[in-house]
Amino acid sequence: MTAAPVSGVDTSVDALARTWSQTDPSSDLDLRLTDTCLRDGSHHKRHQFVPQEVRDIVGALDEAGIPVIEVTHGDGLGGSSFNYGFSATPEQELIKLGAETAKRARIAFLMLPGVGTKDDIRAAQDNGGQICRIATHCTEADTSGQHFGLARELGLETVGFLMMSHTQSPEVLAKQARIMVDAGCQCVYVVDSAGALVMEGVADRVSALVAEIGNEATIGFHGHENLGLGVANTVIAARAGATQIDGSVRRFGAGAGNTPLEAFIGVADKLGWKTGVDFLQIVDAAEDVVRPAMPEECTLNRMTLMMGYAGVYSSFLKHAGNAAERYDVSGAKILLEAGRRKLIGGQEDQLIDIALMLKAKADANA
Amino acid sequence: MSKKVTAAIVGPGNIGTDLLYKLLRSDTIEPRWMIGVDPASEGLKLASDRGVEASHEGVDWLLKQDELPELIFEATSAYVHREYAPRYAEAGIRAIDLTPAAVGPAVIPPVNGEEHLDADNVNMITCGGQATIPMVHAVSRVTSVPYAEIVASVSSASAGPGTRANIDEFTRTTSAGVETIGGAERGKAIIILNPAEPPMIMRDTIFCGVSADADRDAISESVVRMARQVQEYVPGYRLLQDPQFDDASPATKGMTKVSIFVEVEGAGDYLPPYAGNLDIMTAAATRVGESIAKEILR
Repeated sequence: MTAAPVSGVDTSVDALARTWSQTDPSSDLDLRLTDTCLRDGSHHKRHQFVPQEVRDIVGALDEAGIPVIEVTHGDGLGGSSFNYGFSATPEQELIKLGAETAKRARIAFLMLPGVGTKDDIRAAQDNGGQICRIATHCTEADTSGQHFGLARELGLETVGFLMMSHTQSPEVLAKQARIMVDAGCQCVYVVDSAGALVMEGVADRVSALVAEIGNEATIGFHGHENLGLGVANTVIAARAGATQIDGSVRRFGAGAGNTPLEAFIGVADKLGWKTGVDFLQIVDAAEDVVRPAMPEECTLNRMTLMMGYAGVYSSFLKHAGNAAERYDVSGAKILLEAGRRKLIGGQEDQLIDIALMLKAKADANA
Repeated sequence: MSKKVTAAIVGPGNIGTDLLYKLLRSDTIEPRWMIGVDPASEGLKLASDRGVEASHEGVDWLLKQDELPELIFEATSAYVHREYAPRYAEAGIRAIDLTPAAVGPAVIPPVNGEEHLDADNVNMITCGGQATIPMVHAVSRVTSVPYAEIVASVSSASAGPGTRANIDEFTRTTSAGVETIGGAERGKAIIILNPAEPPMIMRDTIFCGVSADADRDAISESVVRMARQVQEYVPGYRLLQDPQFDDASPATKGMTKVSIFVEVEGAGDYLPPYAGNLDIMTAAATRVGESIAKEILR
């Protein structure tokens, strides 16, 4: 049996449809990488980063040549809350530390309309954040207009995040990407928040965005490891025309973690794609600096596999675990029910309701 | 009571039209005008079909009539209302504002519904505020609440272009209401638009931080009593679970966490029942309008 061809994508080994240097002539990179262990990893860390960890991680990643480092509460600006977990250190303080530490890298921050506000964006810029990444569920791009407008007015670089991209067709995603670009977004990411996209599913979505947006903006890909496909999906995204790539060193992210950036950098070296990051240095940083800041490794296990399989928002992992423990019900069942209810990012509160429902059912059967 | 107070609805969209259906049943308010700016508006046609004078020539037309309404229900957008509010006041018309403009004092019927009956302009905050602030108040009337946070999840289909373009107005106006009307020292609001099909019924979660020695039974009793008070005008307002209490820990910033889960199913007047978020707005505005009308008729 031959492998199914990836639609519209050159699958020859070293094919790379577009390069970052086409967008930014001052750069000679093929791909521009963003490490998000200090934002997506905030979920895994239950938002308990302390200043020294941020200094150490930003310092090591910057030294290794990572061009963009994201620092924010896992749920974006203003995410510190009962619903998502309170930050041990205010995120604005961490952004400031990141910006003070980085010599070359730009500091990015995330915001979700409905959680954070324009005031938070202004504060993040005052603290040295240079790239404003605005995330919406992938059908709700029109809630981001006022924030893109402000970010551009402030002179920030802008990125749009279409979360839970696996839930919509390439055509729908392309239309949503168009809304963001028209509002001032300079790079739209296909975000596989649930780690549920499989190879061709990534290629088709990235290709659809490239076709819709052309050279008006760049396209990015943000992967998760819940089905173990982070690196493979990212390679295929790059071949389909994504020039900005997210990952987290040591997978330090929500769910089973993000695309392990150090592994992707090694793969890019082998494919001859220039990322500007030194492989040996980033491998050392992963082992010596990032790993010690992690409460535990991000692994594939019953819970995280369930998320990729059922298409559940990766950040639900710790919250489902908490509710399972609190009410003595199955965490995996909570996640499956979250998938059945079609919950989206931000609805962590509903996991408690699900746990209470499962408990009531169990009590009724007892 | 035979005499009714006359009213105009400005903004014939989903909210304005649903409000019309409710006001047509009122014993104290006669909705006599429906005002829009688009001749093709479905809301204007429905109003006209029901014997309500409908005009697409906007507020300017309304204010030129020989007879003016005693009440205006504003169902446009915050920006439009901020522009027109002074003109209503100048004409001596009382305004009930269903946008997040927050020109006048905020009103939540079971909390302070009787407090601003003589104000020129009252504000209904937001749908999320109407659904959650009563519960923050239910806790704060028992014990002090240093921090409260609300999470409103509504179906994407029920969130119109105005809400979408100005989502910061929702979070800002709602969190202010959690403080001023809810009684929390500090408030936070989060809104989620969920595109699931069939559309989800509005759900709201209210988290309150309280002290470790707060009387949990009294809080639970107050929450259940408040749910009944809201049900008087929104029959589809339901507590999904008993209030939950989590002991203070580093994860709760040292506060005892009270969690309250509600669902708001709409009456299905003009908007489908899933749009409980819009129903609770129009039901609350009707309730407040009727209180003001009774005051005018007295």
